[in-house]
Amino acid sequence: MPILEFKNVSKIYNNTTKALTDISFSVSEGEFVSIIGPSGSGKSTILRCINRLVDATQGSIIFDGHDIKQADKKEIRQVRKKAGMIFQHYNLVDRLSVIENVLHGRLGYKSVISGVIGHYTEAEKEKAFQILAMLGLTEQAYKRCDELSGGQKQRVGIARSLMQEPRLILCDEPIASLDPSSSKIIMDYLSNINETMKITCIANLHQVDVALRYAKRIIGITAGQIVYDGPPEKLTKAKIYDIYQSDEGELITDVK
Amino acid sequence: MDQTQEKAPRPQDQTSVFVTRKRTFTLAFLGVALIFVISAVATDYEVIGGLESIPKAVVWMARHFIPDAKAWSRLPYILSKLSETALVSVAVTVCAAICAFFFSLPGTKTTKTAPWIARIVRIIAAFFRNVPDIVWAILLLFSFGENILTGFFALFFATFGMLTRTFIETIDEVSASCVEALYATGATSLQTVFNGVIPSSLPEIVSWVLYMIETNIRSSTLIGMLTATGIGYLFDLYYKRMDYSSASLVVISIVILVIAIEILSNKIRKVIM
Repeated sequence: MPILEFKNVSKIYNNTTKALTDISFSVSEGEFVSIIGPSGSGKSTILRCINRLVDATQGSIIFDGHDIKQADKKEIRQVRKKAGMIFQHYNLVDRLSVIENVLHGRLGYKSVISGVIGHYTEAEKEKAFQILAMLGLTEQAYKRCDELSGGQKQRVGIARSLMQEPRLILCDEPIASLDPSSSKIIMDYLSNINETMKITCIANLHQVDVALRYAKRIIGITAGQIVYDGPPEKLTKAKIYDIYQSDEGELITDVK
Repeated sequence: MDQTQEKAPRPQDQTSVFVTRKRTFTLAFLGVALIFVISAVATDYEVIGGLESIPKAVVWMARHFIPDAKAWSRLPYILSKLSETALVSVAVTVCAAICAFFFSLPGTKTTKTAPWIARIVRIIAAFFRNVPDIVWAILLLFSFGENILTGFFALFFATFGMLTRTFIETIDEVSASCVEALYATGATSLQTVFNGVIPSSLPEIVSWVLYMIETNIRSSTLIGMLTATGIGYLFDLYYKRMDYSSASLVVISIVILVIAIEILSNKIRKVIM
């Protein structure tokens, strides 16, 4: 049974700009899917349609048994709880401490009042420290997020999403602002989480080589349409040129 | 520099920027001079006479505006009125800031309210901001009379409008990214405001409130003249009695207070930023 299903989804911004056209695919539990494609091809829109940060215009999206397009406010909250998200620019509250940012992952589970006053149970705090230890951030727990390096910030982002006990993690360009060594650390953690915790991962990536190395399945998007959907082994060079609509020798991945 | 070197090529068939700049400056200077001469002639302004009267004015001011013994004896009363005015300004600014913060939230993109609600918030804020506090004071004089409440509400409305507008912009600028992430965790709007918007925009907000306190102490002096309250009233009273030395002591004490508040708020800003 697929955990996520897109059926003929389209998204049109402001009645004019077509972001997605007739997208259909399904993701099974435990998969590591990478979406690749040029900037502006609709990768981020796909991820944001899943947790309703963006509303799809047409089609249906089923996640974990919920029809996302029909969901009311309460149901959207249920869906978002179960879908963690990490961002290119980490999107942490920079002026708060690491542990507070991690605990934000519990907000979806809390009553409005206890979320507003920031009251967390001892069990939640213990879990937050466990996740931080797993990600090697124990020493940073009480530091303010603006004191951290990019790689550390992204690990806090991962910790926040794990705190949600998600069934799915959406990664929007998780390594686009990181240096190669931090990028490897982040991708290794994501891949580890996917394998040991059986959490489904969907990652938008700009780096084709990274996608090929970590993902078990690649979806190629060009101008809002799926042009490739399959395992990385079958993604030929010609297909990559097709996705990026360029000629041989014009991509930086060719330098090898 | 090596003198024997050949001259570097320069663009041909185009006027040099150095020439055009010189020409612009000369024309601008001549233009300003011409405007001065024309307006001086039109208003019968005597340049020499004007300049000559400056020393006389200084002497007159020195004679009348230096606080004398009588003025100093009034200092405790002046200070009590001054502190009243300053405290009212602080109270007004803080009240207006709290109201403006919650009122600005539906106007920001962070709370995802319908666009027409955001539009209405902005229109209301613009209305309160664009009516000057003096005009508010005159209008409110009809309903409240010469009363401290008149000044309070006049300052409150103007501050509320100004702060709502700046809070909307500050909040959108500072907290857009973390707000998106908090919504993605399943947080409600109110939870997002308290966990994301307030922590990330608080220093900016405090900084604006400090600025408004400074501005309001200055404006409250003026409004006090209209509403016959506080330090403004005292200045008006002494001035109309031609008790210039006492009036000048009032001005000096206001200036010292405003400078002190400015120094203090700059210190606070450095700590919180």
